[in-house]
Amino acid sequence: MTARRLLFRNLNAKIAALPMIATVLVVFIGCTVWTVVYSFTSSRSLPMLNFVGFDQYTRLFGASRWDVSIKNLAIYGILSLIFSLVVGFILAVFMDQKIRFENAFRTIFLYPFALSHIVTGLVWQWILNPFGIEKVVRDLGFESFSFALLSNRSMAIYAIVIAGLWQGTGLVMALMLAGLRNIDEEIWKAARVDGIPTWKTYVFVIIPMMRPVFITTLVLIATGIVKLYDLVVAMTNGGPGISTEVPAKYVYDFMFGWANLGQGLAASTVMLATVLIILIPWAMLEFGGRKAK
Amino acid sequence: MLMNVNTNAGTSVSIKDLSLSFGTVNVLKKLDLDIREGEFLVLLGPSGCGKSTLLNCIAGLLDISEGQINIKGKNVTWEEPKNRGIGMVFQSYALYPQMTVEKNLSFGLRVAGVPKPEITKRIARAAEILQIEPLLQRKPSALSGGQRQRVAIGRALVRDVDVFLFDEPLSNLDAKLRSELRVEIKRLHHKLGNTMIYVTHDQIEALTLADRIAVMKGGVVQQLDDPMTIYNKPRNRFVAGFIGSPSMNFISGQLAEKDGKTVFRASDFDIALDRYEADGALTPGREVVLGVRPEHIRIGGEGGDGHDAIVDLDEPMGADSLVWLKVASKPLSVRVESGKRYRPGEQVKVSFNLSMASLFDAKSEERI
Amino acid sequence: MAEATIIHAAPHAKAEPWGARPRRMFAPATVMVYGVLIVAALYYLLPLYVMVMTSLKGMPEIRLGNIFAPPVEITFEPWVKAWSQACTGLYCEGIRTGFWNSVKITIPSAIISIFIASVNGYALSNWKFRGSEVFFTILLFGAFIPYQVMLYPLVIITRELGIFGSLPGIVLIHTIFGMPILTLLFRNYFASLPPELFKAARVDGAGFWRIFLQIMLPMSLPIFVVGIILQVTGIWNDFLFGVIFAGTQNFPMTVQLNNVVNSVQGVKEYNVNMAATILTGAVPLLIYFFSGRYFVRGIAAGAVKG
Repeated sequence: MTARRLLFRNLNAKIAALPMIATVLVVFIGCTVWTVVYSFTSSRSLPMLNFVGFDQYTRLFGASRWDVSIKNLAIYGILSLIFSLVVGFILAVFMDQKIRFENAFRTIFLYPFALSHIVTGLVWQWILNPFGIEKVVRDLGFESFSFALLSNRSMAIYAIVIAGLWQGTGLVMALMLAGLRNIDEEIWKAARVDGIPTWKTYVFVIIPMMRPVFITTLVLIATGIVKLYDLVVAMTNGGPGISTEVPAKYVYDFMFGWANLGQGLAASTVMLATVLIILIPWAMLEFGGRKAK
Repeated sequence: MLMNVNTNAGTSVSIKDLSLSFGTVNVLKKLDLDIREGEFLVLLGPSGCGKSTLLNCIAGLLDISEGQINIKGKNVTWEEPKNRGIGMVFQSYALYPQMTVEKNLSFGLRVAGVPKPEITKRIARAAEILQIEPLLQRKPSALSGGQRQRVAIGRALVRDVDVFLFDEPLSNLDAKLRSELRVEIKRLHHKLGNTMIYVTHDQIEALTLADRIAVMKGGVVQQLDDPMTIYNKPRNRFVAGFIGSPSMNFISGQLAEKDGKTVFRASDFDIALDRYEADGALTPGREVVLGVRPEHIRIGGEGGDGHDAIVDLDEPMGADSLVWLKVASKPLSVRVESGKRYRPGEQVKVSFNLSMASLFDAKSEERI
Repeated sequence: MAEATIIHAAPHAKAEPWGARPRRMFAPATVMVYGVLIVAALYYLLPLYVMVMTSLKGMPEIRLGNIFAPPVEITFEPWVKAWSQACTGLYCEGIRTGFWNSVKITIPSAIISIFIASVNGYALSNWKFRGSEVFFTILLFGAFIPYQVMLYPLVIITRELGIFGSLPGIVLIHTIFGMPILTLLFRNYFASLPPELFKAARVDGAGFWRIFLQIMLPMSLPIFVVGIILQVTGIWNDFLFGVIFAGTQNFPMTVQLNNVVNSVQGVKEYNVNMAATILTGAVPLLIYFFSGRYFVRGIAAGAVKG
């Protein structure tokens, strides 16, 4: 009787939350567990429960294509983290100097974020192709100028970094600007009375105060980086050769292109682990710390 | 004590013709203010009156549009705040949250290149005066509101300056702490003898702390006087109404002549004005407003000058009571000693202490 | 005695310094701030400029000239071609099919996901039940799981439901993956409304749905606008889900655009490609330019979506 009463208490709310409960149980938990389990099988075009231990992982880490994917992700990740945080913060600081036309600047810095990665990739593919910047500079008289990022195996990933930064830095700027605007104006006044130069105030007072904003932004960028896929498909499709492959594309190709499910699932499980490595320390810092206070 | 400070010392802060406008909005209008050495001046007024703005101008945190600011005889109008010889305490404390108390106190000094032993000495002195020695290694987040405000005062103290500026320093504290810190600030002033300029909207703070109070409204100083003069002889109706809680009673009427004497005449009663010390001419027929504080009205009139009144309500407030009366259908509040209760509807007689009352011109609202 | 210190108009000798601090028009710091911002703005505008210029040129001009030069002869032909004739692999019907597919995907997905998330957020903020917070926390963490982890099982589920490769399939997927951020958005918004409002309504005897429809909804227009902007731009810009779950018939505009531009056969028509690219980016860009403030709020919240 009481169990029944408990179930029916607040019934409407439970009905309203049913889609969420189903999503959590079936998709976020169910599908994730399914993927992890089947990553230990030798499934090819169809999922089958013939377990092969860590075979798929051994193959994965032995594959040069995966190796390239991981390295590319590292290059893209580190560069876009550093540059988007540094550039985004500097732009936000400049935007915060009571400038004129703030709205115009904000609109300009942020509009690329409204565009999809596909559009972004295609535009930059066009700008960086040999008809683009390279030709313009050569026409100016620098005949030997070479800026063919996209056709150069060792440089193509940097072209993707450029495009990714163009699309995403505006958001970092907006988040940082919101953080700067949140800082008590009297802190600035106190620093001025104390005679602290502006740059020292930023370095020793403001940036330490903005630590939560930095961490949140970092986590947001980092989890976005792991998902990097559309941009690569649009700009290079992994080429030239396999020089711009990334893990998300590796998973997709093995799952849907080459009917090697087990391999794709193993790769996606590694992606999941990577995200957890980023996420868990952050969550403990953010939520564990809050409880302790 | 009060008079000593006012007469003997030189000028510490002098403001001439100061105006500030943002676009077409004039926030401060041609202000002149001389603050004496060692004086505790309170800038008091409702929000938006320009008191904090004025303080920020003195500090150099806001650029003025017109006028001149001198501190200790030096024209600092164009100086950066750090070069003005001021220390400032803010409402939100504005401590640097990621630094320990000691770092908070020393940061400005280190940046200014003050030698280490000197820094240590100054911090030790400030910590001792403010009794924050045990807190030096803590971060602001580990301090209570009162402790934080003490550290904020300490940060002004270590600067070793002549003028302290306080911008509503107690507004973020609860009532009990506020009254405790108020006493401490007063004690600090006695001990240090610095010039202090203190912004508040709390009249109790103003009355208890100030050597002189500047009551502000609309970017203009309405009255600058010692607290008792402000309280007893307000220069205009605004000051009269703003100062005092419960607030002053205002009765509209006009001046008239009765039996050869000037009287105040409201709808159907007269009050003799022979004990009122007028500044201006008491011309009969002039439209005026009579202001009387609740404590300057007595229930139970002496002799013939009692006026009929009916009790409306009484509000016991502990130390005393406030009785709301109706005199000729106009509300009137009277402060009586506690313990005396009045029943609604009760008929009483009231008399006014005219020597403590104020008369204002009905149009200009200036004191007569 | 007070007259002396209150406002008096005695003329002062206007000894300098007097009045406002003298300010140099072109102080080095100001020049640097504006300089950096303008250079950055130019960098950000450059791709848009190149896109528009290229799309207005004819192919011969593109082969000869440089990409930054404005067109000598403006032609709108590439736009027409991109819209109605460009080839996406097998078909040469332009990207208009993709446009309409995206419309057909975006509208129901946005409506359904916002409806579910708003009711859910309302339940989570005002009608907490045992376990509601746990589910919500997992939901938020789910937003960080790479999609690749859940893709294949979802293919199986939608196939079992008979909606794989169809409009209902892709709508379901967008509803699922829009849920964490939208629920967070609505929950936080409803939680920020004064609780007295909710309590008063309950004292008046209103129940779950009546409070939602008659009290909460009328006060939530701003957050619905944010939600709509977030979902419409997010779903419009999606590529991965569209290519897997929508089916060839329903490929959204981004997928078709990629097929047009990156198709291997035939001569590359850069002007057509750029026109198609602008057309694909136009919907979210227009939303962005017209919604301004709301968009910033939406993406600040939507940043979680990655």
